[in-house]
Amino acid sequence: MVEFLEFTLEGLSAGMIYAAIALSLVLIWRGTGVLNYAQGAMAMLTSFIALEVIYVSHSYWLGFVVALAAGLVIGGIVERVVIRPVTGKPPLNAVIVTIGLLILIEGLAGLLYGSNDRSFPPAFSINGLSIGSVALGITRNDIFTGVAVLLAAAALAVTFRYTSIGLRLRATAFNARVARLLGVRVGRMLTLGWALAGLLGALAGLLVSPATFLNPNSMDTIFVLGFTAAVIGGLESPAGAVVGGLVLGVVLSYAGGYLGSEVVNLFGLAALLLVLMFRPSGLFSSAQARRV
Amino acid sequence: MASDVSEQIEVPAAQRRLAWLSRSTLARHVLLAAGGAVVLYLISVGLDPYRDYLMAQVAAMVVAVAGLTVLIGLSGQISIGNGAFMAVGGYTGALIFMHLHWPLGLILVVAAVVAAAVGAVFGLAAARLRGPYLAGATLMFAVALPFLANQFSGVLGGDQGLGFFITSPAFLGVNFSLQRWQAWVNCGVGLVVFVLLANLTASKVGRSWRAIRDDEIAAALAGLNVAGYKILAFIVSAACAGLGGVLLAIYDGTVSPSLFTFGLSIQLLTAAVLGGLGSLAGAIWGAALLVIVPIYLQDVAVSHGFASQATSAAIPTLAYGVVLIVVMLAFPRGIQGGLSRLVKKKGSL
Repeated sequence: MVEFLEFTLEGLSAGMIYAAIALSLVLIWRGTGVLNYAQGAMAMLTSFIALEVIYVSHSYWLGFVVALAAGLVIGGIVERVVIRPVTGKPPLNAVIVTIGLLILIEGLAGLLYGSNDRSFPPAFSINGLSIGSVALGITRNDIFTGVAVLLAAAALAVTFRYTSIGLRLRATAFNARVARLLGVRVGRMLTLGWALAGLLGALAGLLVSPATFLNPNSMDTIFVLGFTAAVIGGLESPAGAVVGGLVLGVVLSYAGGYLGSEVVNLFGLAALLLVLMFRPSGLFSSAQARRV
Repeated sequence: MASDVSEQIEVPAAQRRLAWLSRSTLARHVLLAAGGAVVLYLISVGLDPYRDYLMAQVAAMVVAVAGLTVLIGLSGQISIGNGAFMAVGGYTGALIFMHLHWPLGLILVVAAVVAAAVGAVFGLAAARLRGPYLAGATLMFAVALPFLANQFSGVLGGDQGLGFFITSPAFLGVNFSLQRWQAWVNCGVGLVVFVLLANLTASKVGRSWRAIRDDEIAAALAGLNVAGYKILAFIVSAACAGLGGVLLAIYDGTVSPSLFTFGLSIQLLTAAVLGGLGSLAGAIWGAALLVIVPIYLQDVAVSHGFASQATSAAIPTLAYGVVLIVVMLAFPRGIQGGLSRLVKKKGSL
């Protein structure tokens, strides 16, 4: 029973990371209809930037803020420079451009930092918490991870729901042409969407790097699992991204805990296929007529 | 109907023979392949063993990329998981080679069949999925499958993988270079696959795939079995990937999870799109670029002192990323698409 609780909490904590990546993917997908395969690599890059800043300034939080800002800037630049020219082209072209970006960023990081693992400082203590003598299997840092992702998701939801900018972002995602006719600067909204996604990705990178260590490929698996979470939840739905992330985190944690780490990814595949078998567009998809 | 009309027109005998050639798709493709075989033979004899070895690798990748380009370009389904089918083919081939000692030709066929069977099962599950959902499912498939090697490490050898050693056949002589033999095998298989795929895409099956790609509902209304054709596309592409996998295994003399990472699947996708989707010639461009450019660049980087041995591995990665982005921005239809546009422009002048 204690074991079960431990695996559940561990799973939820890992799931929060997948949820953050999934959220950033959903944000971009809804805005531009592009799946950003470079999201993980961008998060890896911003984590390296954070590491540099922490190393120079000896302040974790300065590095944290700089990394988030860098994510914002990189996301915006990427949309403006390489994504804008492929909109309206065959959809696979955007896929390949983001894959090209992924490979480029990983190559760049390899050139600058080599391929060795670097340790990355956590925000808070990573000593396991316990109630009395019962170990809970989570740490202060895990709690921070959960709170940070939930806060970011809530901030995003509030922005989209209650602010003028959020309304314009939603209008752009809903129908770019109509939004443009109504005076929305669609181009700027798309850039902003990518920038916000870059920020979320950077957050995920900062939160997961203490556990995975940092190297040019360290975000690959995290990205695949975040993508899987987004697909499970349904790419149209931010709530689905969070739920998908948590479900995947818990399933993988049980599989790893009870059956051993070898089967974790096989269970990830099984969970994904099981969901898609019954809901081909994810758990939170609304029935949608396809254009004939 | 078209043939009825042409038979009524009187044409000189020599021209009639040529007309027969242009009418018979199979004859044309076989003739092209025979010409290709001669060219490839002449190239392989002129190359040193290392370049023969590269040629074998390119041919193995061409086979896998050709299957993928048919899947994506003709049937309109994406896969970021064909590296997993390569693993299935590679491991099947290695196991048969080590335990049953069958002749090479038979091993190739069985490896392709086993990969096709796995493709059929996966295609059944994936036929309802589209776009990013299909991409996600195939990507996870490519990530998860190599872990089976650890799960059944007794048979599949775990992280170490399986090692085996092939030799060139006795009739070529003892001193015949193994690399040249590998290049011949891989290129030969590549040509056979190309003839088969070229005929398939020109047949009723190919037309049905295109119809489904362009408008699934219209195709269904026209009486096509949409799900069946989609699964068939997965089977064909998995068979090609399996063949490519066993060729890669033969060429390496080993199979291991690190040979078939999901990075390989992504590379296959980039090669197919880079070359030009749906085009078999494009598959050659894409695969050649994928294999040769990184090796060339790493040599240049090290010899010119741009990077140390430690970081030089990053240079080809970086450059490949740049190439992908630039080609996509400059040639939205891939290299083959760009080439045929160039040729058309020249022709119209």
